[in-house]
Amino acid sequence: MSSPILEIQNLHKRFGKFEVLKGINLTMQQGDVISLIGSSGSGKTTLLRCVNFLEDYEVGLVAVAGEQIGYVEKNGKRTRLSEKKIARQRAMTGMAFQHFNLFPHMTAIRNVMLGLIKTRGMSKDEARSVAEKWLERVGMLDRRDHFPGQLSGGQQQRVAIARAIAMNPQLMLFDEVTSALDPELVNEVLEVILDLAKDGMTMLLVTHEMQFAHDVSNKVIFMHDGKIGEEGPPKQLFKKPKSDRLATFLKNSKF
Amino acid sequence: MDILQALDAVWAARWPILEGIQHTLFISILSIIMGTILGVGVGLILTYGNRWIRFLVRLYSDFLRGTPVFVLILACFYILSVVGIQLTAYQAGIFALTLFCSSHVGEIVRGALQAIPAGQTEAAKSIGLTFRKMFVSVLFPQALRQILPTWVNTATEIVKASTLLSIIGVVELLLSVQQVISRTFLSLELYFFAGFVFFLINFAIEKVGRLVERKIAIPT
Repeated sequence: MSSPILEIQNLHKRFGKFEVLKGINLTMQQGDVISLIGSSGSGKTTLLRCVNFLEDYEVGLVAVAGEQIGYVEKNGKRTRLSEKKIARQRAMTGMAFQHFNLFPHMTAIRNVMLGLIKTRGMSKDEARSVAEKWLERVGMLDRRDHFPGQLSGGQQQRVAIARAIAMNPQLMLFDEVTSALDPELVNEVLEVILDLAKDGMTMLLVTHEMQFAHDVSNKVIFMHDGKIGEEGPPKQLFKKPKSDRLATFLKNSKF
Repeated sequence: MDILQALDAVWAARWPILEGIQHTLFISILSIIMGTILGVGVGLILTYGNRWIRFLVRLYSDFLRGTPVFVLILACFYILSVVGIQLTAYQAGIFALTLFCSSHVGEIVRGALQAIPAGQTEAAKSIGLTFRKMFVSVLFPQALRQILPTWVNTATEIVKASTLLSIIGVVELLLSVQQVISRTFLSLELYFFAGFVFFLINFAIEKVGRLVERKIAIPT
């Protein structure tokens, strides 16, 4: 059997004295869509950021497609990989951010093309056609020559998703991608994600949209205090929460 | 004030004055170019350098910015020769202005790079860019737009500071005009003329700066 797309074992992460992640275990197979829910400060975003090594981690293992991210173990000693290797590993996953983080000095299509050219080594023409394909997929092809400042939040986020996914990652990470959007722009972004999920994209999402988490995921993880509080299929987790904590959280999230 | 008489005097002394203008331009341009190159290095180290080298460069920058250019020029001319580095007044002057320029450009570059939101770096990392590629494609183009207006300001400061080289005997525009004044005694008219030429030079720099600024502005 091929190795899982994502494997996290006993992951610990601390910021100074504060331990944010206290031993996380998580496995994702090809095509899995997993949502991380939980109150702020529970470690959801940090967990996500450890997967593409935007955060380093002290203890444990994060492996994408069987390859440990960020470190190499040799004779029981852990050393950080070179910058080049880490960069290559990061390109195995794609990430969409809460605040989009498009490059403001580039048009929509150049935003998508940059990684294709610089990381994937495509020619400009090749990169352009791939970028066009993905911009069309997220419904942004007609805005290809607009700069981020000329686009609405929802449009920017769709371009940002195209930028990440055009790299053909094994796993997509979504970090509260609708939290910074006006309510009426949330759906256009969620629809894009739903569309990708139907296509079999493996996705790990941090979200506050409970209904969306319920609809899109095949597994939901409730994080609490740096640990996995409860996990399971969305129906079970949302309808029959086992712990009082999750029940309270769901009630407060108006689900 | 007889304007015709003043123009006459300027015309009569056109060759030495032109030579003065030429020196002023040459000194300024060379100092700005070398100071900018050095300054970008200073800015990079102040932003990304490791602790010790950053500490040293921070001292360099603070010291230069905290010293009057005038003192810097005198130091480069008189003190360097004491320690065995013989520079002509011309070379010492350019050296001093270059140092002065580099410390200011360094701070401008540091400020511009640090003003770029962390999300930009994270997005660049997430698509697999190495630091070098990220700097070239993402960080520097954004920093440049921040740098330009302040850099233009620094460039005009250098042009103005170049007049101070007259004190160590570099015959730039101001000193060449002073030499004409000592023959003609038309101090008011000729100082006014010199001031006007400096204004023209800086006005041109500002205009070009604005033009470039508009050219590279990000549409919103």
